[in-house]
Amino acid sequence: MNKMTLEELRALRAEQKTKLSRRSVRNTDVEVIVGMGTCGIAAGAKDTLDAFIRELDENGIKNVRVTQTGCMGLCYVEPTVEVVVPGMPDVIYGRVNPEVVGKIVRKHIMNKTLVNDHIYDRPAADIVNEGRTN
Amino acid sequence: MAPFTHYILVCGGTACESSKSDKIYKNLLNECERQACKQSTQIVKTGCFGFCEQGPIVKVLPEESFYVHVQPEDAAEIIAEHIIKGREVSRLLYDKSKSKLRAKIEDIDFYQKQFRVVLRNCGVINPEDINEYIARDGYAGLERALFELSPDQVIEELKSSGLRGRGGAGFPTWLKWNFTKQVENDQKYVVCNADEGDPGAYMDRSTLEGDPHSILEAMTIGGYTVGADYGYIYIRAEYPLAIRRLKIAMQQAREYGLLGENILGSGFNFDIEIRLGAGAFVCGEETALIRSIEGERGMPIPRPPFPATHGVFGQPTVLNNVETWANIPVILQKGGSWFAQIGTTDSKGTKVFALTGKIRNSGLVEVPMGTTLREIVYDIGGGIAHGRAFKAVQTGGPSGGVITKELIDTPIDYVHLQELGSIMGSGGMIVMDEDVCMVDIAKFYLGFIVDESCGKCAPCRVGGRTLYNILDRITKGEGTLEDIDKIKSIGHAMQKASLCGLGQTAPNPVLSTLKYFPDEYKAHIKDHRCPSGKCKSLISYHILADKCIGCGLCARRCPVNAISGDIRQLHSIDHEKCIKCGECYHVCKFDAVYIR
Repeated sequence: MNKMTLEELRALRAEQKTKLSRRSVRNTDVEVIVGMGTCGIAAGAKDTLDAFIRELDENGIKNVRVTQTGCMGLCYVEPTVEVVVPGMPDVIYGRVNPEVVGKIVRKHIMNKTLVNDHIYDRPAADIVNEGRTN
Repeated sequence: MAPFTHYILVCGGTACESSKSDKIYKNLLNECERQACKQSTQIVKTGCFGFCEQGPIVKVLPEESFYVHVQPEDAAEIIAEHIIKGREVSRLLYDKSKSKLRAKIEDIDFYQKQFRVVLRNCGVINPEDINEYIARDGYAGLERALFELSPDQVIEELKSSGLRGRGGAGFPTWLKWNFTKQVENDQKYVVCNADEGDPGAYMDRSTLEGDPHSILEAMTIGGYTVGADYGYIYIRAEYPLAIRRLKIAMQQAREYGLLGENILGSGFNFDIEIRLGAGAFVCGEETALIRSIEGERGMPIPRPPFPATHGVFGQPTVLNNVETWANIPVILQKGGSWFAQIGTTDSKGTKVFALTGKIRNSGLVEVPMGTTLREIVYDIGGGIAHGRAFKAVQTGGPSGGVITKELIDTPIDYVHLQELGSIMGSGGMIVMDEDVCMVDIAKFYLGFIVDESCGKCAPCRVGGRTLYNILDRITKGEGTLEDIDKIKSIGHAMQKASLCGLGQTAPNPVLSTLKYFPDEYKAHIKDHRCPSGKCKSLISYHILADKCIGCGLCARRCPVNAISGDIRQLHSIDHEKCIKCGECYHVCKFDAVYIR
């Protein structure tokens, strides 16, 4: 990409904002976001990420995008994974080992049901949601 | 199969479980079956909501109705009213006044105790994708600075925000920038201090790993403001992931023209270089850090002159730590007055803490300044792990002090922490329970200082070692009462005479534990006893005759074969052989082993 001008940056931001809000990129509507900070990796987040890719592949699921992010602040239940499925509430799962990955793929992504005992709540309010201060 | 219309989340955390959340879960399942809404509703157990005080908690999605103090008998009503008829059970809602408007989770004060400014993108965006950062208003602060504000106006914005340095000392950031800005010089620099070295602290690491672009954007804004065209990020080589993500971020920013020459066509040039530190704690001190960037040995030099006028290669330099930088883009984007709404009169904004130690929910916590320690430990952290009692919290790492049970309601800000003899420091927060020996903790931190002192000035080099030796003697039961006075006078001398912050603050852990736990020191010295059972020289393990059933487990697990006894007979410990590892104490199922 060539160096941007101010106008291009603004256009890109508007475009990316819509993308991020819909979380739909490249014809995928489901997103799996794995917390890959050092805390997550130390707790096995790489295995979790690999397991997701393997499970999705084995089940022939093509509409899921697996991405990574930093620490969500729930270090005591790493590895953490956020699963965003349209029509379902966004959910953060904790203590997601490869075995739990299987459950998430089969239950949450394929059958649209939540997985017991692994749901945790978003730890903090988000400032980017417009107009919020304390 | 048809998708569910409702999801009922039942908290399955330990605290809620102990107040019958399992029974609630089962009742909800039964009621769902009975009232024939099993097809449309899924009931799941979740991890701890962290709001144990109000438990058991049940949350219903998608309405986000937050029910508290739920009893097993309430299950029928929740299903009949909420699920079937679509009416919230208002008597169970957390905020009953808001029942018609639906008390959303974010409206509950507890969840507002955490408020993410620095960590705004951490755990939300993909740190290796600049587009996601831009989508979250990334580089909007830079945009405003470059095209709408003069450097003086940026300083005004910072001044009205009230932002103070997050690295420890809390110096007003606008003032620091202004010093450098006012110096007439051809070459100036901005530096990011990412040499986070306190035991137990990982806030900066997580920020860099989760949101590297925020630092690049902030440094560019800093460069524009003070008139610098080059920046250094000084980061320890022990943070490979943070370094890798920073490099990716820099590469992407250069491709987009957000770093380099003529940024966004504004005519302003700025670029950044990463310098790796070898992990010396003293290099977190600004003058030592600057020497290290220059390729010299990382040793502090006396101030003044301050880095603001004589920094990297003798040129005027703005030096802030990661967390301070991470606040800058938001302040520029949303305005200083927005930022100044958060926090207390003297301390604005939020602070990130790495909550570790004997706490149930360890993690990264970001709270507005002025939040009390009790809120952090009990409401956010979920209290002390394993049902033990709270003893103290250590803040500020090897430069900080302890905050005790009596002071737990102190608001956390720069002023109050200093009054208590601790410091904000970088934000490590280590929670200690009743099993932690304060003398032992002070010794641990001094040991760290002895290792990390650069050795340039005598108060730190000799004072630290002498203090360590005294504490070592006390933990072995060889201390005298004069030692306490000696600790105080050496400590005060170090505070006054050391060259840099490392030495000046090094006695803080020992002085503050001595101030708040004098009895523990006296117990070690006078009674040759360690009240917490930690100092090995002062304790011995014994077996209670009326509790030992002679199972032989301890004898099998003892690594030095110090325990003997026939099966089903009372066992005994040979104190000549015992190395006091505590294995027998931990494995005994009958509490027959005790510490004396």
